[in-house]
Parts: sequence; C-alpha cells; structure tokens
Amino acid sequence: MSEIADKVKKIVVEHLGVDEDKVTDTASFIDDLGADSLDTVELVMAFEEEFGIEIPDDAAEKIQTVKDAIDFISANS
Amino acid sequence: MFNLEGKKALVTGATGGIGASIAKTLHAAGAEVAISGTRAEKLEELKAELGDRVHVIAANLSDRASVDQLAKDAADAMGGVDILVNNAGITKDNLAMRMKEDEWDSVMQVNLESSFRLIKALMRGMMKSRWGRVVNITSVVGVTGNPGQANYCASKAGMIGMSKALAAELASRGITVNCVAPGFIGTPMTDVLSDDQKAAITSGIPSGDLGEPEDIASAVLYLASPEAKYVTGQTLHVNGGLAMI
Repeated sequence: MSEIADKVKKIVVEHLGVDEDKVTDTASFIDDLGADSLDTVELVMAFEEEFGIEIPDDAAEKIQTVKDAIDFISANS
Repeated sequence: MFNLEGKKALVTGATGGIGASIAKTLHAAGAEVAISGTRAEKLEELKAELGDRVHVIAANLSDRASVDQLAKDAADAMGGVDILVNNAGITKDNLAMRMKEDEWDSVMQVNLESSFRLIKALMRGMMKSRWGRVVNITSVVGVTGNPGQANYCASKAGMIGMSKALAAELASRGITVNCVAPGFIGTPMTDVLSDDQKAAITSGIPSGDLGEPEDIASAVLYLASPEAKYVTGQTLHVNGGLAMI
C-alpha cells in the first residue's frame, strides 16, 4: 500500500473513531463509516493539512470514499 | 464562574460604548483580547487602559478583504480565536421610500455579511479545538421592527437567523452561537439627547431607565463562558422589559 493511502486511512481512523479494518478503499465516509456532513468537511481539512495541499470545494464534494481521497491526493500532491 | 483565562477573544466595534465595555469585561475575566474598529486612536486608548493581553487590529468591515485580513491578523496575533463577538454595527436610517441602495448595502455589509465572513474564517480553528463561542450583537428592533430602519432591522434579524443555522451546524463540535439583543443603552450616542427626549424614550421601558453598556457586556460574558456550554442558537434580550419576546 502506498504511503499516501496509509496516511489517509490513519486520518480517517482517528477522525471518525472507526476500526482500521472497516476503512477499506471502497468504504464511503457517510454510508459505511458513519460520518456526518461536518465530519467530511473536517476530513478534507485534515487531508489538506497533512499533505500540504488545497482541496477546492468542488473537488471536496466528490471525495466520498477512501479511494476518492487517495486518488485526489495522489494526483495533486 | 465565568473565568476566561487562557481564552482568546476578538471583539469588533470595540471603540463604541458597548464594544469597549465588552472588551473590558472579557479582559477582566482573564481573556486575551483582540480589539478591532475603524478608529485606531480610540483602540490604542483602550489598549493603554487595559494593559497587557490586548491586541489592536484596525479593520474596515465594509471591505471584504479587510474582514478576511482581520480574522487572519487576530488568529496570528493570539495563536487562534476561541471567542468571537460580532459587535460592530452601523445605522443608515431612512424611510423605505427614500432609502438609497448604498444605505441598504452598506448596513447589510457591515452588520451581517462581515459577521458571517469572520465566523466562517474562524470556525475552522474552533472546530479543531472542539471549543468556541460566537456572540452576535443584534438588536431588539431586529425582532420588533422600527420605522426608518428597514435596512438595520433586516441586518439584525438576519443575524438571529444566521446564528440559529450556525448553532445547529456547530453544536456537535463544542461551539455555541448566540445573540445578545440590546434595547436602549446609554452610550455617547444617547448622551447628547435632552432630558425630555430621554424621558420620552424611557416612558416606554418598564424598568424606567436606559440600560448601560455593562448590562450588555455581562450578557456577553455569560454566553462566552464555559458555563454557557448548553446554550446555543438563542437570543438573550437585555432591554429593561421594553419587549418581552
């Protein structure tokens, strides 16, 4: 697994307080991991900080699964 | 009770009678305070009076870039903002028939939009620390209406609605958003009124007198305190019984 994927999953585990094994690539933050809309905003904030990137609002809206996040960050960092 | 030691507060409109009193009260409760206003000289006077734990940040709330800069400067100066008091406000009274576009726009800009911009800019830090207090100073006329103040009443009613929406959004993060709605408060602005004029105003107030800036500041102190953690989305009316809503 890539370093980015590792970091993304670690952030998700910490922020949402879920078990690591539930944080699969296809897991949806809201549907599978119990996040509310504010949690998803906070996750994006955390990604921005960890990876030193800026995630515009229109891109942030499309980040709904763990894989979405990993793909966006891989392409933009 | 109401100990704000270690908390960092930003108070806008701190040169006015009510704003200065709010800044003094939060400072006396132990908070580090950033005071903002348009009159730098007055701000420096207030800083000199208060001593340490005070930062002066001049800002023009009718300018969007200046509002954003204010949020940034306050957070940089204190290492974050825990308590935001949106107190700055202006009036441009006119009968609706005669109200100019810029009278409407400037009042909405300074009273309502700048408040939203500041909250938006500062909520990230509050969300992270899982603690925040936003106190918006609205007005009794935002609820009751007042002839000649369609713009001002709209901006103040807007603050109340905005505060409720933000309170619902942020409650799960330990951030409360409330309003304080002053009635008639004695300030330099009302000092110039004649005794007859004051009598005419106070005859409609059950307590029989004007309020003092400290009455508003005390309400703000409560809502900003750790003790008020379960109070959010509310409007606290401080008006001597003028309107019981």
